[in-house]
Amino acid sequence: MAELLQFVFSGLTVGAIYALVALGFTLIYNASDIINFAQGEFVMLGGMTTVFMALAGVPLPLAALIAIIVTTGVGLALHRFAIEPARGASSVALIMITIGASVFLRGVAQVVFDKRFHSLPPLFGADSIQFGGAAILPQSLVVLAGATVIVILLWLFVERTLLGKAVIATAANRLAARLIGVDTRRIVDFSFAVSAAIGAIAGILITPITLTSYDVGTLLALKGFAAAMLGGIGSPLGAVVGGLLIGMIEALSAGYLSSSYKDAVAFLIILVVLVAMPQGLFGRVKVERV
Amino acid sequence: MSLRALLEIRLLPAILVAAIVIILPLFFPSAYYYRIGALVFIFALAVVGLNLLMGFAGQVSLGHAGFLGIGAYSVAIGPVHFGAPSWLCLFVGAILSGAVAFAVGRPILKLKGHYLAVATLGFGLLVAIVLTNEAGWTGGPDGMNVPALTLFGWRVHGSDAWYWIAGATFVGGFLLALNLMESPTGRALQAIHDSEIAARVLGIDVARKKLTIFIISAMYASVAGSFLALFNGLITPDVAGFLGSIELVAMVVLGGMGSIFGSLVGAAVLVVLPQVLTIFHEYEQALLGLIVMVFMIFLRQGIVPSVTVALAGWRK
Repeated sequence: MAELLQFVFSGLTVGAIYALVALGFTLIYNASDIINFAQGEFVMLGGMTTVFMALAGVPLPLAALIAIIVTTGVGLALHRFAIEPARGASSVALIMITIGASVFLRGVAQVVFDKRFHSLPPLFGADSIQFGGAAILPQSLVVLAGATVIVILLWLFVERTLLGKAVIATAANRLAARLIGVDTRRIVDFSFAVSAAIGAIAGILITPITLTSYDVGTLLALKGFAAAMLGGIGSPLGAVVGGLLIGMIEALSAGYLSSSYKDAVAFLIILVVLVAMPQGLFGRVKVERV
Repeated sequence: MSLRALLEIRLLPAILVAAIVIILPLFFPSAYYYRIGALVFIFALAVVGLNLLMGFAGQVSLGHAGFLGIGAYSVAIGPVHFGAPSWLCLFVGAILSGAVAFAVGRPILKLKGHYLAVATLGFGLLVAIVLTNEAGWTGGPDGMNVPALTLFGWRVHGSDAWYWIAGATFVGGFLLALNLMESPTGRALQAIHDSEIAARVLGIDVARKKLTIFIISAMYASVAGSFLALFNGLITPDVAGFLGSIELVAMVVLGGMGSIFGSLVGAAVLVVLPQVLTIFHEYEQALLGLIVMVFMIFLRQGIVPSVTVALAGWRK
């Protein structure tokens, strides 16, 4: 039982990060139909910038803030200088641009930072808390709390603010949104900025547990994308559930089956779910008009 | 024969490509260039197959390196563990890839767009994970040595020999792809690409045609993977990994989706570019990413289709 609890906690922690990455995918996809494969690099930039700011003597909270701002700037720049100029290109071409951007950011990171692994001090120390026989890192709770706060803030934002409504309108029908006066370009700008910020926060929160380096983004983008698709692309609820599910499956199969086959189990389950539910868990069934 | 009539010969593109294969070595100052040339043709072969699937049938595969891996490890495991001749293993690998594509393709080709992308991605990862973990068979993450190919008592080695084998095979694969596109299956695929529903209304068995092309493209990748393994003499699970799949897709998109000749151009750019960029040392990756982005922003249809359109406009 204690063992199970241990696995569930580590699964939830990693799953929360996947969920945040998947949310980033969802936000950008809803605003622009683009699958942004540079999403993982936002996570990397958040962690790495904080690490190097802290190494330069900047106090940690300020370093984290700077990292979030820098990453948000990168997200905005990605949209302005790479996605906007290619407006009207096919979705595959746009995906290729984001993949190019991800390679570019990784390349820049290994020059600006370095190729080593880095860590950050955990927020509430490294002593684990005993809970039902399981040892839980305080930082795990920080990750979970942080992810929960982000999800709630995001939900409040789209439900309660005018800008949020504009985001929903853009996601529902871009042309109609433009016709009623929504500046959809700004909405896409905004979605890139918010996705980048969420990614950066995820990176900062998880670094004390999993460490970070210039190339952590690829795997995170892959898992986040898989999570978003498992949940049903475009559904924020699906992104969160998908992320947590993949984290849990990984942790449980690493614990009970084999740690080297944990990714295999996760992707096998994704394949089975998609074959059974071709729109993911929460995706809308698209009716094709002829 | 007028120039116009000459241009209308169906074999012309294949003749041109064959000419490229033959003439190129005249400009090669060293064996290193043969090596790069061989790699270009090997990757181009896989890219032609993937382009049939992506460019003509409109189905994305983010796991095609998985088939590359199956082909590569077939010519490694067969000779090492079973003592089978390499050429036989190459064929067995291709058939195995086709069979796997058949089994996997039936359920997942029903998925559309990004869902298909993530399903194929999962498939590719599964192959890579199995190759990494079954160390007793595959040597694990460090990979394994691949015995050289022996054909009729001739031990194939050296970059120039592989240049010619890869070049000739590529021309064959190129020709096959061109003919395939002009066949009823090819026409049906293009109809599916334009509108799946319209194609179905016309009486095309959409699921079956998609499956057919998925199997064919898997076999292209498998043969390319076998060549790659035999040529390098060493193979690691990275060949089947996510980045490998992404690279193949990038070659298709960069060269031009739906342009068979573009497959060669895309492969050439992404094989040669990293070699050139090594002179920039640590800036290599950043530059590579930047160049891919710039290409896609300004030549969004892919290099070959964009240049063709530009040339047509310029001639007017």
